[in-house]
Amino acid sequence: METRVTIRIAFKLFASLSDYLPDGHRGNRLELDVDEGTTVAEMIHRYRVPERSAHLVLVNGHFVPPAERARRRLQDGDELAIWPPIAGG
Amino acid sequence: MGWNRKLLRVNLTAGTCSVEPLNMQWADEYLGSRGLATKYLVSEIDPKVDPLSPDNKMIMATGPLTGTMASTGGRYTVVTKGPLTGAIACSNSGGFFGAEMKFAGWDMVIFEGKSAKPVWLYIENDKAELRDAAGLWGKSCWETEEQIKDELQDPLVRISSIGKAGENQVLYACVVNDLHRAAGRSGVGAVMGSKNLKAVAIRGTKGVSGIKDFGAFLKATNDAKKVLADNAVTGQGLPKYGTQVLMNVINEIGALPTRNHRDVQFEDASKISAEAMHEKRESDGKTHLVTNAACFGCTIACGRISEIDKGHFTVKNSPKYWGASGGLEYEAAWALGAANGVGDLEALQYANLICNEQGMDPISFGATVGAAMELYELGILNDDIIGMAAPFGSAEALAKMVEMTAVGEGFGKELGMGSKRLCEKYGRPELSMSVKGQEFPAYDSRGIQGMGLAYATSNRGACHLRGYTVASEVLGIPVKTDPLATDGKPELVKAFQDATAVFDSAGICVFTSFAWTLADVQPQVAAACEGDWSMEKLNEVGERIWNMERMFNNAAGFTAKDDNLPPRLTQEPAKTGPAKGMVNGLAKMLPEYYQVRGWTPEGQPTAETRARLGL
Ligand code: SF4
Repeated sequence: METRVTIRIAFKLFASLSDYLPDGHRGNRLELDVDEGTTVAEMIHRYRVPERSAHLVLVNGHFVPPAERARRRLQDGDELAIWPPIAGG
Repeated sequence: MGWNRKLLRVNLTAGTCSVEPLNMQWADEYLGSRGLATKYLVSEIDPKVDPLSPDNKMIMATGPLTGTMASTGGRYTVVTKGPLTGAIACSNSGGFFGAEMKFAGWDMVIFEGKSAKPVWLYIENDKAELRDAAGLWGKSCWETEEQIKDELQDPLVRISSIGKAGENQVLYACVVNDLHRAAGRSGVGAVMGSKNLKAVAIRGTKGVSGIKDFGAFLKATNDAKKVLADNAVTGQGLPKYGTQVLMNVINEIGALPTRNHRDVQFEDASKISAEAMHEKRESDGKTHLVTNAACFGCTIACGRISEIDKGHFTVKNSPKYWGASGGLEYEAAWALGAANGVGDLEALQYANLICNEQGMDPISFGATVGAAMELYELGILNDDIIGMAAPFGSAEALAKMVEMTAVGEGFGKELGMGSKRLCEKYGRPELSMSVKGQEFPAYDSRGIQGMGLAYATSNRGACHLRGYTVASEVLGIPVKTDPLATDGKPELVKAFQDATAVFDSAGICVFTSFAWTLADVQPQVAAACEGDWSMEKLNEVGERIWNMERMFNNAAGFTAKDDNLPPRLTQEPAKTGPAKGMVNGLAKMLPEYYQVRGWTPEGQPTAETRARLGL
């Protein structure tokens, strides 16, 4: 029998993307249990974050370029944080 | 032609105002505002002059696009030799004052000498006169604006003034215009105070005339506005969240300097972020942020207008602070907050209000508090010296210190000298988080490597607005580069530095560069200004301005040794986040940067570079 292994990650959506966070979040952060092997791209699709709005995608603070998002698998304890195009000064 | 071709020279010693034609050859070489005013300054003062002596001069200048229909065309600059650094100082401000100077028919005003008693300058179109400021001295910037408007019976007069900080020569005093816009850095307000000049009030009703090709200008400015509107950053992000949206980003990437740069991540960053400003407070059910605001002619409108919690300890007995007012912007929120470990949004806004009211740069002030708090934690400063307990994280100490510094009371006098002099005085110079005496802004260069080089080589001391490589290294504008890599950064820093000099000199806001490149600016300048304003020429003008500023600093006594970072950033590795274990790689980047610039290994522009740029 196949066993499903889940991992716990933190999912963080900021600025105008906050609206896409599922219920239960405190501030801009939510801890979620997801299947092992879940990719960054899957998270973006699952929570309906528009692709072009997922501009700054960071795992543990490191930028994940668009081309790597479908390959990049999340690990237990990872912090996935996403921003739309933003700037400041 | 963009320019009015006319400048006002005010000799404060003699009490005279005289008209001069603008040097159009210099305008052709230095464009306007930052570039052109600096050309005047370096041609007229001894680089070794004491910044607070009557022999220093101070110039308020517009650019050719200031006052026009170009988006963000409301900027003006204050150029002088800075007292905080001893280097060239050029502080830029938005609001409405710059456009008004243009409407009155002037490109710039040069102040020289020192008045025997406090005065203010009134300009009404062609008429300019110095007036007695005895009744304004000792007043805040806010009171000064109100009183002048009252005296002139003109609510539309535009005013730049200094508050008590400038009068007391706090070394990072700024010049405040339109209540909460400021020529903020390097202590330009202290220079104004040293000249006994309290305020400049301008009423201009002439509009801007003489655009070279009006049809082309209309098209160029409209096209460029469309670029801003269609861009997700300038069209949506900045208006809604302001610069403060960076708080969580920079914390996440591990480059948010915390507790005097001891740490690179702040546990309370989210509490003082743009997102927090949008959330309803538990205390009164209101959001901190009330609305956004725009400077003259700006179609971005990044400004923040907030209302402090009336019940907060800082203001509960001071109703005058209860109304909506400017702030918090990212830099102020960081310097007053993370830099000293304070996570109380309302306390930060209070400190920010006092900085606006009395005319102080919140970046240098906040960072100096951070240094004082570290000295306190080390036991070098104590309750007796400071007059209170001042550990990291104390909102009470922050609130008290901002009041004391603005009015020059007790330990506030020492805080008003800036972190370099403070840390030197107490025997720990290495704890001043500054370059050339000016405190860092809100990016830790261990986590954003290019910024270390940008800070070390900035002509006005540590500054983010001289070469904002954060745009590329973190935000992906115009292309994403790796913030932890040093490769390619010397070229990147140079490109940002030169381009920014052009944006500043044109009279537009550097925030347009999140959507515009020089290719968007060029058609606007070319349509407004006489002469050839090709891309090639603009690039050359930017580089010329940079080198001119550098040569002034070299002549003032700065050397390659001053292109440096505090040892904390080059020897103490970041403790957490993506840059954990890393220091800034300045030693590797700097020689390469000198080479890219066409400078000697000692950081001097070579004869060939000077000849190429006509310097
Ligand atoms: S972008 Fe912001 S700072 Fe720049 S001109 Fe517009 S409102 Fe002012």
